Amino acid sequence: SDQLLIKGGKIVNDDQSFYADIYVEDGLIKQIGENLVVPGGAKTVDACGQLVMPGGIDVHTRLQAPAMGMSPADGFCQGTKAALAGGTTMIIDHVCLPAGNTLPAAYEEFFWRGAADGQVCCDYALHVDIPRWHESLREELEALVKDKGVNSFLVFMAYKDRLQCSDAQMYEIFCILRDLGAIAQVHAENGDIIEEEQKRLLELGITGPEGHVLSRPEEVEAEAVYRAITIARQANCPLYVTKIMSRGAADVLAHAKRKGKASFCISIVLWLDFHWHLGISSPLPHGVPGGLSRHRVPALTLCRALPSGDLQVAGSAHCTFSTAQKAVGKDNFTLIPEGTNGIEERMAVIWEKCVVPGKMDENDFVAVTSTNAAKIFNCYPRKGRVAVGADADLVVWNPKATKTISAKTHNLTVEYNIFEGTECHGVPTVVISQGRVVLEDGNLAVTPGSGRFVPRKTFPDFVYKRIKARNR
Amino acid sequence: QSDRLLIKGGRIINDDHSFYADIYLEDGLIKQIGENLIVPGGVKTIEANGRMVIPGGIDVNTYLQKPYHGMTAVDDFYQGTKAALAGGTTMIIDHVLPEPGSSLLTSFEKWHEAADTKSCCDYSLHVDITSWYDGIREELEILVQDKGVNSFQVYMAYKDLYQMSDSQLYEAFTFLKSLGAVILVHAENGDLIAQEQKRILEMGITGPEGHALSRPEELEAEAVFRAITIASRINCPVYITKVMSKSAADIIALARKKGPLVFGEPITASLGTDGTHYWSKNWAKAAAFVTSPPLSPDPTTPDHLNSLLACGDLQVTGSGHCPYSTAQKAIGKDNFTMIPEGVNGIEERMTVVWDKAVATGKMDESQFVAVTSTNAAKIFNLYPRKGRIAVGSDADVVIWDPDKVKTITAKSHKSAVEYNIFEGMECHGAPLVVISQGKIVFEDGNLHVNKGMGRFIPRKPFPEYLYQRIKIRNKVGGLQGVSRGMYDGPVYEIPATPKYATPAPSTKSSPAKNQPPPIRNLHQSNFSLSGAQIDDNNPRRTGHRIVAPPGGRSNITSLG
Repeated sequence: SDQLLIKGGKIVNDDQSFYADIYVEDGLIKQIGENLVVPGGAKTVDACGQLVMPGGIDVHTRLQAPAMGMSPADGFCQGTKAALAGGTTMIIDHVCLPAGNTLPAAYEEFFWRGAADGQVCCDYALHVDIPRWHESLREELEALVKDKGVNSFLVFMAYKDRLQCSDAQMYEIFCILRDLGAIAQVHAENGDIIEEEQKRLLELGITGPEGHVLSRPEEVEAEAVYRAITIARQANCPLYVTKIMSRGAADVLAHAKRKGKASFCISIVLWLDFHWHLGISSPLPHGVPGGLSRHRVPALTLCRALPSGDLQVAGSAHCTFSTAQKAVGKDNFTLIPEGTNGIEERMAVIWEKCVVPGKMDENDFVAVTSTNAAKIFNCYPRKGRVAVGADADLVVWNPKATKTISAKTHNLTVEYNIFEGTECHGVPTVVISQGRVVLEDGNLAVTPGSGRFVPRKTFPDFVYKRIKARNR
Repeated sequence: QSDRLLIKGGRIINDDHSFYADIYLEDGLIKQIGENLIVPGGVKTIEANGRMVIPGGIDVNTYLQKPYHGMTAVDDFYQGTKAALAGGTTMIIDHVLPEPGSSLLTSFEKWHEAADTKSCCDYSLHVDITSWYDGIREELEILVQDKGVNSFQVYMAYKDLYQMSDSQLYEAFTFLKSLGAVILVHAENGDLIAQEQKRILEMGITGPEGHALSRPEELEAEAVFRAITIASRINCPVYITKVMSKSAADIIALARKKGPLVFGEPITASLGTDGTHYWSKNWAKAAAFVTSPPLSPDPTTPDHLNSLLACGDLQVTGSGHCPYSTAQKAIGKDNFTMIPEGVNGIEERMTVVWDKAVATGKMDESQFVAVTSTNAAKIFNLYPRKGRIAVGSDADVVIWDPDKVKTITAKSHKSAVEYNIFEGMECHGAPLVVISQGKIVFEDGNLHVNKGMGRFIPRKPFPEYLYQRIKIRNKVGGLQGVSRGMYDGPVYEIPATPKYATPAPSTKSSPAKNQPPPIRNLHQSNFSLSGAQIDDNNPRRTGHRIVAPPGGRSNITSLG
């Protein structure tokens, strides 16, 4: 079963589409073309004219990020299973380290929990979150970059007194990351303002989940994005803004990009569809990182910004907590553990919101769900492209099939799905990970522990070529 | 005798319209406006011959007594206000700059006394908040209620000296809003400036060009953006002093279109010249331009700022006048960070705006009056006493000659400084006669002033021009919670000794606030002889069960 022939599909890459067959062996794509000569006994998948795309890469998940001593409801096993069911064949997970440990030591522990315990079902890589600046940070980061294959780090501008970095610290960290050739990611929200707003809202007696949104208005996000860009520009460091949640923030990024500041602004779009009303009408408390914008307009704007290239990557920031866990904050919204689902729905939602209405074509779709991510995080062309020699992570996508997202049918353990009831036109029919069929005819056949860690090198060309030219 | 004045045949320009009329002044007030006025005999008459008669200028940003390492700027209140009057400015608002940690009230009294004895024109005072200390709220209240101060400046730059964090800004803005004050912001990102200064000094750049290199305009624009964000959260007006760069001005213009109440004040220097001079071979000349935020090295900046001023995106002009002599500037001859900051501009302000904006056709005469005088009077609550030619207003009047051409030079200026940053600039438009408090103080190029004749003008809080809108927005923009049924489902038990303990957000840093503790505090005693308990007023939270293992090991990190 290591040999696989995918017949009659339309191959879609980020630059072009064409009809061809694909022959897969030993987890790699060996041949692409028509009338391929293949050994007997190869399993044949008939694509019947459906789209064959590189498997999705979800660049932002937190499958095991602890909050207040609670682990998310979906661990590595359940989370990656859901990813595969949705057509995502690689994830990049955030390593959120407990304080008081050096980064490499904590990283090791995390790594073993995921990989060695045999939980991960698809290929994965890791980002490391920098909890705060300290003296030996440069050495620690260097060790991670040189020995561990980590090339991306996240700093926080929010979560005051816990994770938040000051401007001066961010500048220092950006300088270190630039020298190392790593990708600096920021969680952009002004933590100082948020804390003051939270205090004010609690004093006003607003304790429900709506307080979460009210305390984190979109200006606060836009402000932090603007500041992060300014700091990155001073340090001449490429910048990746995670979780763009509002129109204001997307506008700031797009604006900076036009000014030429932004070859270094690369961003994630999350939730393309979400309504504020969900938060209001449902008795269930939702805590989300960053306030989801309260109007539907931003979702539309974000959908528009993705195809135009102003935003480049779509992640999910999947980090789910059960309702009981969320209920820890039922009397105080600041205690609701933050996180929503999305790992499984990501591809289908983007297809539904961007490709179906004609904002994006199938090639753009591949770019934002897979190729751009592979380029930025330096695993291209191994991932993110259907080409000879690339990993055999493939998705056969049926744009004619329909599926309704529901907590009843999803592959997660949480009781609630924020996309509940969304009808998606476009469904993965076959998913191939490492050359093996993991989803076919609606049956998921995953092997926990089969996921490999994909180390990533520094100085991705896609990002650093321009920086190098500028330095000169 | 000299208290009565008749100005005949002038064209009166206000910010809304202009008309021909005579003006009769008495006792320092405008008594009559019209044609064929009936005035007492023996009144001194000035023939305006159809020239423009405008309200005297108001310079909203001066530092005539700014201390720096034990010295003060060369122009004190006497020298500075003399220069102001010679340029057609009849009122200044000076900044009180307390040493960090010292009391605002004491500093205010010091400034008040100095200005009272020396100032030649009417003046008012801003107070700069250089640190946020205990007891500052009471002092601010006294200043606003009893001392006639309604504007306070906060700093986002000068790390470890004046700089305030975002949390402090939020707190300060909230409090100042409740007092009805005008919030002035010096907007530059101090953290990044400190980093850049270090880097540039390490590179061996020590001259004044380092000043411009270490404070690029992005840092100004970033801070402006942040200040506006904070202010719009609190729904308070915010006033950006010293808008020096295109990007900062654009941020303000953009924000105004979105709704927040933002005002921007370019200064004479940013409207009249640019930052290319920092690279001058002449150290003394380059150092004379040092001010913060710095002048932008982009030579198209003045033109852009004048355009925004003309269309109303920027509203007020100041001068930031604070000149230091070359010898004083030379403290920083080996290190640009030591150069005392400040440029001249109090005398040149009106002329430069006329030359750059009106003479080029960007703005009309009425807009000129608005940006040099009326808008300032409205924002700082002096209107219509100042900033308008109307019956009952103060008799601060300027007869302006738009055709007069004058070359600015250090040889003829009134300031005591040796270097004028506008040196050699040929300007169209100059004051012919300046009348302050009903007296002619400048005529035919000669000043007639007495030290100390300027009065302190107290200002009331809650200027209508700003706070009318704020009050309505407060009403319509209130925050409301959602009423929903009680959640009675299962609640996850937080393990007593979490493997990954993260402290509950922010409760530690705000012990004073009566925020509901996340978990009942086990350190508070349940036992009391009277039966009443210390946390009786806190609602009992049924949802939580505390799992404390026998013998200790509790999760102290996540208690309140």
